[in-house]
Amino acid sequence: MTTAPTSRPPATRPAERDGFPRTLHAEWTKFRTVRGWVLATAGALLVTIVVGLLGTAAPAPGGRGAHSAAYPKGPGGEAVNDSFYFVHRTLTGDGTLTVALQSLTGTADTDTGTDTDTGTGTGTGRTARSAQPWAKAGIIVKEGLTQGSPYAAVMATGGHGVRMQYNYTHDTAGPLSKAAPEYPRQLRLVRSGDSLTGYTSTDGSHWTKAGHAKLPGLARTVQAGLFATSPEAKQNTATGTGFSPAVATGTFGRPALTGNWSQSAWRGTQVSGDAGTSGSYTNTTKGDFTPTSGGGYTVTGAGDIAPVVGGPVMGAGFTVENFLVGTFAGLIVLAAVSTVFITGEYRHGLLRTTMTATPLRGRVLGAKALVAGGIASVTGLIAAAITLALGEHSTRGRGFRILPVTSATEARVMAGTGLLCAAAAVLALAVGTLLRRSGTAITLVIASIVLPFLLATSGVLPPGVSQWLLRVTPAAGFAVQQTLPQYAQVLSVYEPSTGYYPLAPWAGLAVLGGYAAIAFGLAVVRLRRRDV
Amino acid sequence: MSHESTKATIEVIGLRKRFGPQPALDGMTFTVRPGRVTGFVGPNGAGKSTTMRVILGLDTAEEGKALVGGVPYRTLRRPLRHLGALLDASALQPSRTARHHLLWLAHSQGLPARRVDEVIEQAGLGTAARRRAGGFSLGMRQRLGIAAALLGDPPVVMLDEPFNGLDPDGIVWMRGLLAELARQGRAVLVSSHLMSELEDTADHLVVIGHGRVIADTSVSQLLAEASGGRVTLRTSAPARAAQVLHGAGAITVATGPDTLTITGLPDAETVALLARNGVPFSQVSTHRATLEEAYLELTRDTVQYRGIPAPEATR
Repeated sequence: MTTAPTSRPPATRPAERDGFPRTLHAEWTKFRTVRGWVLATAGALLVTIVVGLLGTAAPAPGGRGAHSAAYPKGPGGEAVNDSFYFVHRTLTGDGTLTVALQSLTGTADTDTGTDTDTGTGTGTGRTARSAQPWAKAGIIVKEGLTQGSPYAAVMATGGHGVRMQYNYTHDTAGPLSKAAPEYPRQLRLVRSGDSLTGYTSTDGSHWTKAGHAKLPGLARTVQAGLFATSPEAKQNTATGTGFSPAVATGTFGRPALTGNWSQSAWRGTQVSGDAGTSGSYTNTTKGDFTPTSGGGYTVTGAGDIAPVVGGPVMGAGFTVENFLVGTFAGLIVLAAVSTVFITGEYRHGLLRTTMTATPLRGRVLGAKALVAGGIASVTGLIAAAITLALGEHSTRGRGFRILPVTSATEARVMAGTGLLCAAAAVLALAVGTLLRRSGTAITLVIASIVLPFLLATSGVLPPGVSQWLLRVTPAAGFAVQQTLPQYAQVLSVYEPSTGYYPLAPWAGLAVLGGYAAIAFGLAVVRLRRRDV
Repeated sequence: MSHESTKATIEVIGLRKRFGPQPALDGMTFTVRPGRVTGFVGPNGAGKSTTMRVILGLDTAEEGKALVGGVPYRTLRRPLRHLGALLDASALQPSRTARHHLLWLAHSQGLPARRVDEVIEQAGLGTAARRRAGGFSLGMRQRLGIAAALLGDPPVVMLDEPFNGLDPDGIVWMRGLLAELARQGRAVLVSSHLMSELEDTADHLVVIGHGRVIADTSVSQLLAEASGGRVTLRTSAPARAAQVLHGAGAITVATGPDTLTITGLPDAETVALLARNGVPFSQVSTHRATLEEAYLELTRDTVQYRGIPAPEATR
């Protein structure tokens, strides 16, 4: 709380420090004894729930992944895509696989008439071109063929050089990652217990470490081999960002093995059975592998081994924050009630009575802020908890997937929704104190919190403007509801319109909290200085 | 019930305050003492409400100070236990019941809900206490305001225009209540712009105009001074009588076709003088001023300037 300087001499400052609970009790009694305010608060709760449920009341999805009950989860509990073409054998215990990657190429569908920068149109709308930036081919060691199982891989990518990746969320750039890909490129993955180390070389004799992974509890018997996969091609067009099917093809030399490998032949498996939410095969391609004349293999695959992110690549599913879309509606009601909590006293001349009962004006405003903020906070928290429970149950029943979050994240979203409402309520109270008129104060608060939020997230503004709004206006506070992850190694549309805020959850809330604190401080100063 | 006399006082010392260029309080100084009802009178705009707001710490004065029981109001821990005030009976949240209005006030002072029921009874609110205050008549609001003022059982009670909106029964009740509060040893300050309302109520009067105290006196003294030895003469020859009386140094004012009001000459001497000079007269009487007249006399100067916008923020 801002301790504002006061124009009053110290002699009129109180010695008493224990009176705040009385003032708080009085303000709480004031609030609960006006039926309209209590009903409005209940209405805020209801409207948050109803708008949230209506906003996620889409009919059963027909798109890809509609049949899946849930996203596969990685070892960290996050939703993952685990779709790639895997040429594998069983490795028991420690071992090494070394192979030359002779080329990484790709094929992508492009919309007819799309102005693509490379390739030659074939008239069918398909363009053969270089691999997608995050197309991958290389060596992978994976605990099993089930989606989401632990893995480590060293790979070449279409546009980001050699990488060492493991357990979906970890991505390390290897040496020369900035340089143009040179082929053939030698790759090596060494397994030693739960420790995996990737190497790369351009000549087969000088090896450079690409990265290291520790996979605690990795099973002794694992599947290991070659893989190729490609996420969809992201295309920026005049009308927006589109994604279209793409595949990657890795041409490998003869794999060299050390350690205890199964004696069976290499087997090919499309892990996950399809290309997941962020990848898809083109009409004429499918995952496959073929031996080459030199004892090597050509592996073609689509999909991605990466966390699920928001935007078009998320597929048919909901995020936790989708259910809380009604928060803005509840917020309008709570802000209005909080404003009237003080402007009503101005209007009816009651503030004089209040100040007569409690001459410490800062204390009165503090008690009011605690009451209004506390009520808003509890309302937001309960609304979030109910909406999440109802919404998740309802959408799962209709065949939607819900992007899983940790219970800590879910708790943060619910508590954050409460704090979001609380900060908005305190801001509304402070603005009401400064302006003294309900109408203008409520309008200002809604225009500063809800309007930027709606403009920014609806996609009607350019992304840059939306992000700016969500940085500098009180609407930044809505970031606290965001659960969508963002990863550099996954291409998507990371914009407010797809649920991505420019600020981290607590940072965004801090912006709103800052506005509330400054407004509250000004309100205390003004209230102390002014005759009432 | 008795209250320490030091606690039961309001001291207003040299208050000055301006609203724009217009002085609202211009050296206001007076003391409200325990055990009596002090009437606080003056024309609208004289500074009554402003003075009361300064006493309550709602407005700040540029100079001077106001003390309640010897200390500034703002330093009081539970102020309603020291001073009960009724400033504006309409200052209510309309949708809150009277009882709930008193309840939050009680909570702010750490008083139990039982005390609320006591003052509801004392103010004669009865069953209306459970109704929304927005539907109250002005008289009921005044009673609610009185209940709020008495909530903390304060040694000092300060009421701004408490007779406003009261029906005749209510006025009688209010007078009885004020007298009772004074009898209990409390200091009671009651403002009014109508002296007649205070005629049978106040023991002491502070008359103000233009933000200053014009008179700070007991009611009986004020009446005596206001009468000022004036004599009313009824005569069929007013011009002749005036001439004779002027000769004796008296001042006369024609207050009717056959009536003169004489100042500066006692009634006995007037009779002797007129008789000596053979002026006919039918009646000589000593003028008995009413409180209202005394007040009008005192405030005549201040009322003359009523054309200037009244500085006091009246409701």
